[in-house]
Amino acid sequence: MITELISFFVRFLVLLAVQVVVLNNIQFSGFINPFVYIMFIMMLPVRIPNSLLLVIAFLTGLVVDMFSNTMGMHAAACVFMAFTRPSILRIMAPRDGYEAESSPSIRQLGFTWFLIYASALTFTHHLMLFYMEVFRFSEFFATLLRVVLSVVATVTTIMISQYLFGKPANEK
Amino acid sequence: MRSLFLLLWRNNFTLLFLLLWSLSLILVIRNNNFQQVSVFNSTNKVVASVLESVNYVKEYINLKENNASLARENSNLKSMLPDTWYAKQALRTMVNDTVKSQQYSYITARVINNSVNRRSNYLTLDKGSMQGIRKDMGVISSAGVVGIVKDVSDHYCTVMSVLHKNTRISTRFKKNNYFGSLVWDGADSREATLLEVAKHVKFTIGDTLVTTVYSAIFPEGILVGTVKHSEIKAGDNFYKITVSLSTNFSNLSHVYIVDNLLKAEQQELESNTVSQDDN
Repeated sequence: MITELISFFVRFLVLLAVQVVVLNNIQFSGFINPFVYIMFIMMLPVRIPNSLLLVIAFLTGLVVDMFSNTMGMHAAACVFMAFTRPSILRIMAPRDGYEAESSPSIRQLGFTWFLIYASALTFTHHLMLFYMEVFRFSEFFATLLRVVLSVVATVTTIMISQYLFGKPANEK
Repeated sequence: MRSLFLLLWRNNFTLLFLLLWSLSLILVIRNNNFQQVSVFNSTNKVVASVLESVNYVKEYINLKENNASLARENSNLKSMLPDTWYAKQALRTMVNDTVKSQQYSYITARVINNSVNRRSNYLTLDKGSMQGIRKDMGVISSAGVVGIVKDVSDHYCTVMSVLHKNTRISTRFKKNNYFGSLVWDGADSREATLLEVAKHVKFTIGDTLVTTVYSAIFPEGILVGTVKHSEIKAGDNFYKITVSLSTNFSNLSHVYIVDNLLKAEQQELESNTVSQDDN
């Protein structure tokens, strides 16, 4: 349990560092920026209490906000994403349910499953984030385009980093 | 009461979500200028649009009045422009010297009216008797001779330019002092004719012509122009020399009026001499 906690904390720090130091400075053609840090919230254990999930998501978003000078936007997006996560997990549950102690990842649940799961959560997060940023509906479709393109970028980055930083296969 | 707590407890997830989400929203609105402004804007939008349409009608009703007041303001502002003001004093430099006494004083003037295409052309300058301008003063520009003051009012004077049928300017060759009279034949504003140059005078094309001091109008040696070509008719004793004028009359803007401080003395002396002859 302690090692679990430490590994989560390390993952939190690494993802945050990558997000703040590298990815926040990348903007492909002013449209796309990947937000890979949300992978941390995705990969929290399946059995985590929902309230704790919300609080962790809120704090994660808040830290990112502090670094990117967008007070509250990432927090709102992360909380919204965490709010949808239990429902998505329930809908996508395997026939025989999740293993106890399992956390969503490619290694544990397969490429296709994780792709759909990551895309759904990323979409909810980015939808909230970008509309919060634009804060008006007059640019609805332009914003939607940004959302979709950024979702593609984020999901791609997340899938790749699943292979780079994922736990060794022997843990399964 | 118990059921209310039960309800809250059952929906704690949603409630916590709403709580945290509202918290972030408050953070967003409080800390980001753009969102802050646009929230207040949208709350005020209805009020603002009503006020705007009221104002739109009001503006039409007051249009005439507003136009009148704008026109009044415009004329006030225009009368404050530097161009509106007339300088009562002209800059004129007097030099005190015990060895030499100053003979010529120059007054700068602006050309405010000008023509070159008539047979008799006049210029109007923005200096008049208030600045000490008198009839028959010479007018020159930085390029050369311009004309002679003809009429003077309080603030303006008219100048009979070289391009006038009655203007005769005493002109000499710079290199040898032979002189003649410069007149204008009315053909080209860049050319004039020099008459009364005797047959024996030697000159070449391109020789420089300057004013003489004989008329007491112009100072000695003001540039007039250069010899363009010359002809002499068989049996005639005088050349007819075409001069290309050094002053470009079609774009004159600033000129100098020459005040010959000793002119009255010279003229008085000369008229005395002549009248003594007559007696």
